[in-house]
Amino acid sequence: MTGMARETPAGDLRLANLTKRFGVFTAVDDLSLTIEQGSFFALLGASGCGKTTTLRMIAGLEEPTTGQVLLGDRDIARLRPYKRPVNTVFQSYALFPHLSIFENVAFGLRRRGIRSVDDEVTRMLSLVQLDGYGNRRPAQLSGGQQQRVALARALINRPQVLLLDEPLGALDLKLRRQMQIELKRIQIEVGITFVHVTHDQEEAMTMADTVAVMNAGRIEQLGAPADIYEFPATAFVANFLGQSNLLAGEATGAGGGDVAVTAHGTRFSVPAGRSRADHGPVHLGVRPEKLILVGSADQVPQGHQHVTGVVTDASYVGVSTQYLLRTGWGTEVSVFAANSGASERVPVGSEAVAYWDPRHAFLLPRDAADTDRTSPVLDEPVGAPS
Amino acid sequence: MRLSRWLADRWVMIVALLVLGYLALPILVVAALSFNRPSSRLSYDFNEFTLDNWRQPCATSDMCDAVVRSVQIGFLATVVATVLGTLMAFALVRHRFRGRSGINVLIFLPMATPELVMGTSLLALFVSAGVPQGFWTILIAHVMFCVSFVVVTVKARLAGMDRRLEEAAMDLYANEWQTFRRITLPLVLPGIVAAALLAFSLSFDDFIITNFNAGTTVTFPMYVWGAAQRGIPPQVNVIGTAMFAVALLLVGLSSLRGRRARRANLLAGPPGHLRRSS
Repeated sequence: MTGMARETPAGDLRLANLTKRFGVFTAVDDLSLTIEQGSFFALLGASGCGKTTTLRMIAGLEEPTTGQVLLGDRDIARLRPYKRPVNTVFQSYALFPHLSIFENVAFGLRRRGIRSVDDEVTRMLSLVQLDGYGNRRPAQLSGGQQQRVALARALINRPQVLLLDEPLGALDLKLRRQMQIELKRIQIEVGITFVHVTHDQEEAMTMADTVAVMNAGRIEQLGAPADIYEFPATAFVANFLGQSNLLAGEATGAGGGDVAVTAHGTRFSVPAGRSRADHGPVHLGVRPEKLILVGSADQVPQGHQHVTGVVTDASYVGVSTQYLLRTGWGTEVSVFAANSGASERVPVGSEAVAYWDPRHAFLLPRDAADTDRTSPVLDEPVGAPS
Repeated sequence: MRLSRWLADRWVMIVALLVLGYLALPILVVAALSFNRPSSRLSYDFNEFTLDNWRQPCATSDMCDAVVRSVQIGFLATVVATVLGTLMAFALVRHRFRGRSGINVLIFLPMATPELVMGTSLLALFVSAGVPQGFWTILIAHVMFCVSFVVVTVKARLAGMDRRLEEAAMDLYANEWQTFRRITLPLVLPGIVAAALLAFSLSFDDFIITNFNAGTTVTFPMYVWGAAQRGIPPQVNVIGTAMFAVALLLVGLSSLRGRRARRANLLAGPPGHLRRSS
């Protein structure tokens, strides 16, 4: 929050200290962020985290309790929805059932008093590959087609910002993948800022330039998908975006570019650049796919660190085999081994060693009461006994 | 064996036809009697076929006056009750205010109260307030009991409507009035039309409440009631049959329209037809 942050380029969308309370419940809590013009931005979070409320405040369907929604230098937070250069693709599409597809798409243009809409509507329908569907009613279209109508209906107005509220949630997996690519293609083609709300981490990572992970009305972390994934800021992010093995330990201080950690009686180290704490209670995190499973400690290369245990489960899922390794202190660590043919499969019940390159580990501050976390947690109990 | 199998396969159909016959029989009798030349005033036997009743439906002029009055009252009561009831339904579904749940219960009161009780209490009210009974008191009474049915019918339609459609319209640059005119009203209209038809039929055939508050005014149901004492003129059957035919025509038209629209939608495919409206 230095002087530099005051200037907002003309088309950027900036949320400043945005808060929304419903009675005593705070849905969005003092949220501030900047979304660059022309970028594809994803708000990622579990249901009830405030992401949809944030979107509705940008659209004007919800009035913020306090705070600003700035488009360039203009605060639009208190404008009626029809006065904002913002359009929305709703979760259930909300197509007008009594109007034809043509009239649905033309709706925004007509309301703004534009007389000749034929060319524009036809062009839009072909952008979303629905040429010739103009005379149909929404009920006669499949889910994927309705989704594309909803998109065309919003895009035809050339908004400064397009909001997408879980737009692919109702589609089956294959169609969803197809539409993700399609949406990304269209976004690049039209160059409009897309703000996409989703609970699907893969969807957010596939499409967005920038992802903001939300939890309990606040942003836990914001950044490029790869950055967030490789170096999560909190235990919540580490397990919401993919899986992480988080071992509870104590950091004993930095020295020589590394932070030393003691966890369950074993000493580990993490590069200082990948540590968000250098003393006190910490979580030592390693992604399951960064762990390599071998038969004995002799096979661990120089400079790597390891834990030993017994393989309790091996699930073959095609591209990889997912192992569970029970460590000496009882925690199950998960290990993903790519089925590339480079390594042998490890039988269940055998002793094994999981090792990793310290540069792939990360260190997060931990609540003193928090223990190991080795599976994705969404609704974790607070302060579970250790 | 074969017969029992045949019956087993079709018994639902047979029962349905019997029930249909049960429902239709009185109407068929009315239709048949509209073509009857009764042998005497109090006779209901089918005596001789004639078209006279249909050629001169107003042979007994009191009756036609009564029909015209009933249609007038029905029309006015429908308009007033539909407008008031629709506004009330919107208020009850769309707004949160004190006493809302109380009103939701009160709405059912006129439906639950016996007509006899409502008729007498209205009469007591009009008499004590010094309002002369006649056309206007009938109208007030009819509006009162029709409103309840309108509110309930429109409310059901409105509650089933997705609020996001209105949000989507506002998001697409429609202001409050345009949203109502383009989205809300067209989507709620079937409910309003149904409510209006219900209100008209309730008003047109109400006897009990009307009878208490009519003064010297005579509506069609009151005329029929009075005529029954001294023999119903066959023209009453003509009016009854005509009413039935009109109702049948309306139902037939609306279902035909629905089927045509569906058909047109299914056939609609290639581009070229671009509709314009503003």
